[in-house]
Parts: sequence; structure tokens; C-alpha cells
Amino acid sequence: MAKELLKIEHITKSFDETVILRDLSLTVKEGEVLVIVGPSGCGKSTFLRCINGLETIQEGSIYLDGEKINDRSANLEKVRQKIGMVFQNYELFPHKTVLQNITMAPMLVQKKPKAEAEKEALSLLERVGLSDRKNFYPRQLSGGQKQRVAIVRALAMHPEILLFDEVTAALDPEMVREVLDVMLDLAKEGRTMIVVTHEMSFARAVADRIVFMDGGNIVEEGTPSEFFDNPQTDRAKKFLSTFSFDRIEKKDEYAGNPI
Amino acid sequence: MDLEVMKEYMPLYREAFFLTMKIGWIGILGAVIIGFAAAVVRLLKIPVLHRILGAYIELFRNTPLLVQLFFLYFGLPKLGLSISAPFCGALGLMLLGGAYMAETFRSGFEAIPVLQTETARALGMSKFQTTVHVLLPEALSVSMPGFTANMIFLLKETSVFSAISLMDLMFTAKDLIGLYFRTVECLTLLVVFYLFLLLPVSILGSIVERRVRYAEFGA
Amino acid sequence: MRNLGLDVLLKGTNMLRLLEGLWVSLRISLIAVAVSIVLGLIIGSIMTGKNVIIRAVTRLYLEIVRIMPQMVLLFIVFFGTTRVFGINLDATAASIIVFSFWGTAEMSDIVRGALISIPKHRYESAAALGLSKVQTYVHVIIPETLRRLIPLSINLVTRMIKTTSLVMMIGVVEVLKVGQQIIEANRKSSPNAAFGVYLVVFVLYYIACRPISFLAGRLERKWS
Repeated sequence: MAKELLKIEHITKSFDETVILRDLSLTVKEGEVLVIVGPSGCGKSTFLRCINGLETIQEGSIYLDGEKINDRSANLEKVRQKIGMVFQNYELFPHKTVLQNITMAPMLVQKKPKAEAEKEALSLLERVGLSDRKNFYPRQLSGGQKQRVAIVRALAMHPEILLFDEVTAALDPEMVREVLDVMLDLAKEGRTMIVVTHEMSFARAVADRIVFMDGGNIVEEGTPSEFFDNPQTDRAKKFLSTFSFDRIEKKDEYAGNPI
Repeated sequence: MDLEVMKEYMPLYREAFFLTMKIGWIGILGAVIIGFAAAVVRLLKIPVLHRILGAYIELFRNTPLLVQLFFLYFGLPKLGLSISAPFCGALGLMLLGGAYMAETFRSGFEAIPVLQTETARALGMSKFQTTVHVLLPEALSVSMPGFTANMIFLLKETSVFSAISLMDLMFTAKDLIGLYFRTVECLTLLVVFYLFLLLPVSILGSIVERRVRYAEFGA
Repeated sequence: MRNLGLDVLLKGTNMLRLLEGLWVSLRISLIAVAVSIVLGLIIGSIMTGKNVIIRAVTRLYLEIVRIMPQMVLLFIVFFGTTRVFGINLDATAASIIVFSFWGTAEMSDIVRGALISIPKHRYESAAALGLSKVQTYVHVIIPETLRRLIPLSINLVTRMIKTTSLVMMIGVVEVLKVGQQIIEANRKSSPNAAFGVYLVVFVLYYIACRPISFLAGRLERKWS
């Protein structure tokens, strides 16, 4: 049995009076791909941001590798090196080239020599098919290319776990695939990943476990086939029904006639 | 137009030109330093200082340099604060320019999306590293057009220096016109020397602007 | 009060004279702004056209005005016209000409900027809804253009007011000049008048410009 990599116990997060996450607990094992789905505003993005300390939580604890990381004493910069995060809008640094975007953090934070950082960056770029774009600036890339660079940038830090926050939501439909393929590849490699997404068929393909969130808490979880084919709760059923349409039956009098 | 006359006047204009250059660029340098410091203080909202600098910016953005110079040069000595004319010119330009530069830098910083900072932090970069390697270069690049516009504006403003009896280009032109009535020659030289002063900045500015336009956000 | 030289302003009509002096340069600004708005709207609209020659000429005009200090333009018009055309132009007239020339360039650039910032699909979506050309302009394009135009034009007013302080340098008797006269006249009785008078002039300019730039800033934020 794989060891527990990330353990979240009873966390609560609120902005002023509004509670975003309430008493949420979750465990992620090493090598597991966890996909979080749920309606907009259910707190799934905030949840990811809490894990790497971009948001502070009011109650509960988060452990990475058995070490508590939401303490005041915890070194957030150390913790964040172990947690890679990819954002919806890529957030590449516009004043740096593709290569510089990738090597910046390894060189600054992990003090890697330039040659080593670049060599590694290039082999990662090769993997996502972008080595010919290494000297481009972000504005010269398509959305899908930017997002692949952003993934490589996160990978270059050798994180133990990767967080993906709706990484295809801002992309044109024809570019979604190239990004999802990279993520599938990473999953196959045995990376530990938490993915927030609205792409249901992708979720089904990539996930070891699906977590359905609503109203700031986990409502249901299970394997992809359990969740998609046989949801247990009404809220999950309702959520899933928003992705399918029933064939409409036109009344006879309208058939063939424009309204 | 008499070229001989113009040749004769040349040395006077050249001297005036270098005086304008010197005071102008010292003033601009000071303006950049004041402006940058003021922008940082305003962004960090350092108590008291933040308010004082806010009032300073308001005051100097809403008054003409000529009036500021009159107050500094003729008014302040009555309180026992006498300053030389060249220093006064540079100081006036620094204070005026500082107020403009502060607003330019501040809007540059404010244009950087919060997520850029968060991304750098998520990669494990410290606050300091994030500021130096992400926030500053991006903010400066966004501020660039405003920055060059301010520089040209300040160099043009140097044309009021003759009011505090600095022998600048305007002073020289007016003096020579009054003495010899060679109006066309004097005015031509005036225009030529102001072009010398301003054209390089204008051209260089647009080149630099194009080069640092990498910091464009959005798609 | 005596030491700061503020007492002279309370003597006789001195304060009133200062305000009259301020009005002299304010009046020049207002006339120049009025001319600039009218001409700027016309030239700015022309600049968005496709005629290459017109665009080159207007562009050149804009660049010249951008790069030459207003002070130099004032000298050229004030001293130059007498010499070249033999007209004896008075300083106020020369100022109005120069500031209108400058303001028109600034205004036409503002108008051009506002017009080209309207995306093409705005015209198309209005047309798609069946609006006529006139309706499109009246209900869609002009309101949106004005929202971009008005804050920047108001801003131009404060810049104009500040720049017209230069007219003193070609001999127009405005607020600074009046201030000088008051200081001269009271040299013996109030030796520190220079501090008080120039401080008051400084504050007067602030009072004149601040509300206008505040309004421009408010509108800009509201409409952006």
C-alpha cells in the first residue's frame, strides 16, 4: 500500500463572514491522481490555494509527508518547492522567454547552476513538444503552448505533488487536447496530482479517484465508474445531469415549420 | 537668413545648451529617484509619510513649474533659505518631475495582476525574489511609455529657467534678439538647439518602448 | 504675518489685483481650450481617415507640437511675426494663437485615440440589430466615444491653465507679473512680501487646477 503523501484534516476557510470550506478532510496517496469536480463557487479552487499556502486557513491541519505545513513555523518557501501549481490563465512571466520562465525558480530558489537548469528545462520542453519555442516570449505563444510551458515550469522544481486549477478553462476547444495529453502522460508516469476540472470525460480517463465538492465540503467520492455511472447523492446526480441533454421532442404542429 | 551671423551666435547657444542639458538631466535623475521612492511609499501605505507624499504629489501636479520656481527662488530666501539659480532650477524640476514619475510608477505597479505575484510565490520564490525578479521588471516595463513622456515633458519645461535668470537657450535668444534684432536667425538657432535636446530622447524613447513591450498581459 | 509678507495682500486692493491677474491667464486658457475642442474634433476625425497625405501632414503637425516647448512656440509667434510679416501682434493675441495651436494638436490626438478605440464589432453589432447609420452613431458610437473623450479633455484644461503661466515671459501682465509689481511697491514697508505673494500665487493655481483634475480623475475611473 502506497504511503499517504498529503493529509488534510478538518480544515475551515472563510473570507470575512462567508465560509468557503467547512471541516474538510482528505487524504492523497503517493502516485494517486485525484480529480475534484463540482459546481462553480463550491470552493475547489480555494481548496487548492489553501494547500500551498496562498490562502490561510482558520482551522484544521495540512500535512505533507507527515510534516505539518500550515503552521506559522513552517517554511512556506520550502513547502511550495514540493508543491507545483498550474493556474487557469497560465501566468507566465511576460518579461522572460520560455526558457527563462522555466529556469528562473530552480536557479533562484534551488540555486541550481544555469547550465544544469537549462539542460533540464530543455529535456522537459522536448517532452511537451516545445523545444523549438525556447527563446519565444509568452505573448508569441498560443494558449495551449503557454499552458504546456506553465506545466513544465512547475515540473522543473521536482515537486512531490502537482496541483492543476482548471488549466483548460481559458483555452480554445482545439487547444484543450494538447494540454490534457500532457497531463495524462504525467499521470501514467505515476505522479501525484490533484486536478480541478470541468472536463468530465478527461476526469473519467485520468482519475484514480473522483471527489465531488459542493457548498465547501466533500459530498461524495469514489472511483470514476462509481461516481459517473452510479452517483449516490442527489446533488451529484443533479450536477452530472447538467452535462447531458435529452433529445427534444417537437410538437407536431411545429415540426418542419420555423417558429 | 544670414549664416555668418548664426555662426557668430553659435558659441553662446552652445553654452546655453549645455547649461540646460546639465540642469535638465540632474533634475530628471532626481525626479526618477523621488518618484520611485514616493511610489513605493504610497504602495506600501506607510503611515503619515504616505499622506505627506500624497499631498506633495497633488500640490506639484496641479501647479505650473514657473510658479514653483518663483516661490523657491524669490520666496524662500525671505525665510532665510537662499539657493543658487542652477540649484533652484534642478530642484524645481526634481519636485515637479518627482510628482509625475510617482504617479507613473504607481500605476505601473498597480497594473501587475496579483496572480503574477502568487505564481512566483507558488514556485517557492521569497518575497524579495518575487519583487526583484517579477514585480519590478514588469512594473517598469508597463511604466515605460509614461516614463519617456515624462522625460520629454520635463526637458521641455526647462524652457522657463530664464525666469530665474539662468542663461539658458530662451534667455540667450531673447537677449540676442533684443540687442541685434536678428530675429529669424536667433529663432532658428533656438529651434535647432531644442531639437538637439529633445529629438534623441524622443527617438530613443520609442525604440526602448518597443523593446520592453514584452510585458503585455492578457492573451 | 508681517514676517511672512502676507500683510501686503490685505492692503488696499492687492488681493483683488492678484485675482484679476489670474483671470488674465485663465481667460487665455479658456479661449484656447474652446478653439482647441472645436478644431481638435474636426482634425481628430480627419486623422482617422484613409488619406495618406492628410495623415502624414497631421502626424507631422502633432510631432512638432509634441517636441517643441510651448515657450519656443510663443517666442516664434511673438517675435517672429513682427519680423517676417511686419504685423505687430500683441502678447495676448500671440498667446491665444500659440495655445490654440498646441491645444488643437493635443485635442485631435485625444479624439483620434477615442475614435479608434471603438472596436469594429461595435458598429457591426449595431448594424446587425437593424440600427441605421445615424442611429448607430447617436445611440452607440458617440456616447462611447464621449466617455473616453471627456475625462481627457478636462485634463487638457488643467494642463492648459498650468501652461498659460508662460505668457508672463512675453510680457502679458498676469498673476505673477502683478505679484512682482505688488512686491516692488511694498519693498520698504514689507521686505518679505516675495514669500507671501508667491506662496499665495502657488496656492491660487492649486485651487484653480485641483477641482478640475479631480473631476477628470473621477470620470475616468467611473467610465473606464
